[in-house]
Amino acid sequence: MSAHESNYTPTSRVGKWFDERLPIARLMHGQFVDFPTPRNLNYAWTFGGILTFCLVAQLVTGIVLAMHYQPSAAEAFNSVDRIRRDVNFGWLIQPMHAVGASMFFIAVYIHIFRGLYYGSYKAPREVLWILGVFILLAMMATAFMGYALPWGQMSFWGVTVITNLFSALDSIWAGLGTAIVEWLWGGYAVTGVTLNRFFSLHYLLPFVIVGLVALHIWALHVAGQNNPTGLDIKSKSDSVPMYPFAVAKDAVGLFAFLIVFAWFVLIMPDYLGHADNFTPANALVTPPHIVPEWYFLPFYAILRAVPSKLGGVVAMFAAVLILVFVPWLDTSRVRSAKYRPYYKIAFWFFVFTCVALGWLGSKPAEQPYVFWSQFFTIAYFAFFLIAMPVLGLIETPRPLPRSITESVLGRVTGGVAPVPAGAAAAPEKR
Amino acid sequence: MASTAEEPNRRDFLVIAGNAFAAVGGAIVLWPFIAQMNPDSGAQALASVELDLAPVKEGQAITAMWRGKPIFIRNRTKAEIEQAKTVDLAVLVDNSARNMALPESDPATDANRTKAGHENFLILIGICTHLGCIPKGQAIGDSRGDYGGWFCPCHGSHYDTAGRIRKGPAPRNLEVPPYTFVGDTKIKIG
Amino acid sequence: MTFKTKASALISKSFVAAGVSAVTVFATFPAQAAGGGPAIPRVEWSFDGPTGQFDRAQLQRGFQVYQNVCSACHGLSRLSWRNLVQPGGPEFPEEAVKALAKDWPNKITDGPNDAGEMFERDALLSDPILGPYKNEQAARAAQNGAYPPDLSLMARARNPEFKGSALAHGPHMMRDILTGYQAGGPDYLFALLTGYTDVPSYVREENGHLKPVGAEGAGGKAVEQCASVTPGEDGKPDVCNALADGMNYNAAFPGHQIAMPAILADGAVEYPKGPDGNPLVPATLDQHARDVSAFLAWAADPHLNQRKATGWQALLFLLVTTVLLFLGKKRIWSRIEH
Repeated sequence: MSAHESNYTPTSRVGKWFDERLPIARLMHGQFVDFPTPRNLNYAWTFGGILTFCLVAQLVTGIVLAMHYQPSAAEAFNSVDRIRRDVNFGWLIQPMHAVGASMFFIAVYIHIFRGLYYGSYKAPREVLWILGVFILLAMMATAFMGYALPWGQMSFWGVTVITNLFSALDSIWAGLGTAIVEWLWGGYAVTGVTLNRFFSLHYLLPFVIVGLVALHIWALHVAGQNNPTGLDIKSKSDSVPMYPFAVAKDAVGLFAFLIVFAWFVLIMPDYLGHADNFTPANALVTPPHIVPEWYFLPFYAILRAVPSKLGGVVAMFAAVLILVFVPWLDTSRVRSAKYRPYYKIAFWFFVFTCVALGWLGSKPAEQPYVFWSQFFTIAYFAFFLIAMPVLGLIETPRPLPRSITESVLGRVTGGVAPVPAGAAAAPEKR
Repeated sequence: MASTAEEPNRRDFLVIAGNAFAAVGGAIVLWPFIAQMNPDSGAQALASVELDLAPVKEGQAITAMWRGKPIFIRNRTKAEIEQAKTVDLAVLVDNSARNMALPESDPATDANRTKAGHENFLILIGICTHLGCIPKGQAIGDSRGDYGGWFCPCHGSHYDTAGRIRKGPAPRNLEVPPYTFVGDTKIKIG
Repeated sequence: MTFKTKASALISKSFVAAGVSAVTVFATFPAQAAGGGPAIPRVEWSFDGPTGQFDRAQLQRGFQVYQNVCSACHGLSRLSWRNLVQPGGPEFPEEAVKALAKDWPNKITDGPNDAGEMFERDALLSDPILGPYKNEQAARAAQNGAYPPDLSLMARARNPEFKGSALAHGPHMMRDILTGYQAGGPDYLFALLTGYTDVPSYVREENGHLKPVGAEGAGGKAVEQCASVTPGEDGKPDVCNALADGMNYNAAFPGHQIAMPAILADGAVEYPKGPDGNPLVPATLDQHARDVSAFLAWAADPHLNQRKATGWQALLFLLVTTVLLFLGKKRIWSRIEH
């Protein structure tokens, strides 16, 4: 698995007996206790742990909610209302799940931005990065179907609009799009049949995410974590054992995150949602503005920016899938934006672009919003297709420190490094 | 790694305190997830049921629902009450009153299975104590078994006019739910 | 930073320029004008903010307003009568609620009975608070096509949109989040109930634009009464939307034309009196609107009191734990050079 050999020694006879048959304690010890972690990680690196917490929280609250939820068109809305009113602590558990989804996306976006800034996608972490994109896609599918479940106005109409997108395929091959849409719906319109199958898949996908996360952590542990300098671990002084050092920092990050989580869940649980979803779904009344949840708004803006229906769908999916190619789009020999002056500017403008697209996604499809959605859609793709390839070639990076140790302690130390295999596969070059 | 020269007590106390707080927080958060499986307030609201027994004339019986279970309510005739009272407790299969309002050790006298001043009304949970079928005897024309009370067709248990098991595989008397008379003819169960 | 070539300088500068121009443009974005009309003003509520709690007396008065005024057309069927007794709400005495439920004109359909028929019976504590109509179609038939919606979730099903400029939106959001503002629904309900005013007057200018008549008067020009104005596209004149038959003008309702007439008035509901014979709280339209909006906020969110009280305890606990963990982390890291 990973080249890092665990220095675990079983302390009891039972421990030794078990270790010879299923070395899981050895594995956990090697990967999560004495695993060499760069000593210079900042708090942006705590979001991996935060995301794991979010996944577990959503699973636990979701399974509990499924004990009370009824996935039929007639009873879905009523059952969610009953959970909020009558089920013991339902007033707490339901918002934990709904707000939890938003918190999950806040954390994943910060996590992705961290990766983009510090070059965590670069060799030898390409597969790690691509697994991350798959996790993001699975999260988006899960969230989309989950939002349908309360069967409010926004649930129903959001599903109608987004599933209708597939009919754009009719312009490639007559009838294909309609066939796919009716297959998704299980009928000729969105009905309780659609709701039922969304419930089934919404229950399934998080366990697929768990599997992807396991692979993601495995791939991470082959190469080891990246760090703010982008340099590899070369000597013992470059790293610290994960426990207690990184674990202590992860705990701080997690509880600070939980403060924000608790603020929304307990003080203002409706804020991140939409009022229209407190009205039961009505197939004959369309809400004045159909908007998805905030975490989909940038993609919604891109979808509506392109005048052609098929073009909009392609652009929307491309906006996510382009992340897969980032390890090869970026030509820089330097990993971390700390030492890349042009890329740093492009990165922060990209962050601004994402925020702007998010805001524009909440606006109606009128001028001047349409023009600016188009502008920022171009800016979004330009970051990947122009800035990443070009900047790596033309910018002069700042001088890098000679080692992680030097960047932290101001001196270079030697010593044999417990190097995770793969860290040397892509040797750092100036 | 070399330790700095700090007092171990202070250094470890902070770490222990932080971990303890986090652990306690985790335990507190766990409680709602366990409690949510308990009956919700809709179910709890139906935990009590009020019934007006005025329409149930002497010799008649009705079946009501309480907490999802059938409740047999019979306005017994004088003959049925006499029959119940004269049974020798020694021949009973189960000598416990099986009244949810009384301790288990109280004997299965007719008085212990009815309310004083309203002994004509016999109120029982209509679930056979053998394997859970609903005994016959409520409707006109139903078999009442050999003892004039109720008869369970599933495996042949016979109950008497006080709902006590007399013959058959059932081990216990039919259970008496907790109820009170709120007024002359109204009862509140639960 | 050094520039390798003129081209790279250009690229970098253009990124900066784009960013600056975008910010400038956002600042000039037109204020959102969905449906037109003024923004919904914020009302002070006892239950708003992180430490908010419902005022029990207000909830009781609010239920009175619902019972005497609103229940003629609107149901509250996601609530049960027992909710009026439970802590965190109006907390009426159980016997009073039992009696009220029993006498409530909208009976509970139960059955089938032994004859195979459905029948109607009085409501118990465990039954819902029903409105007068069995279903939407019956309501529309009785109300000339209009549908008085069930009010159980109305305070959460409405939230006025932000009507400021693009640049103001961010700080506005931050302010709402930091103050724990979640009273958009009750604010809207209050604005609606107090928003029955006269249809505004407009004069048409030479360019076809409709201008509201201000303090200076119409200046002899013909005055048009417009419930709302649709701006003309491509130089066409503005369209004046007059009040349709059977509709009422309301300043807060989207589109400004509502089927429900102005139903509240001063003294519409008799409030509990104090020892001196005067109502403890003035029975004005304003007060009725406030009280019923607060009551509906409770109806939509009956666990608010417990949720916010738990909120403060949880937040304090998490803050203390975070600080302890942070100090513990520093202790742990102090063992090594860093």
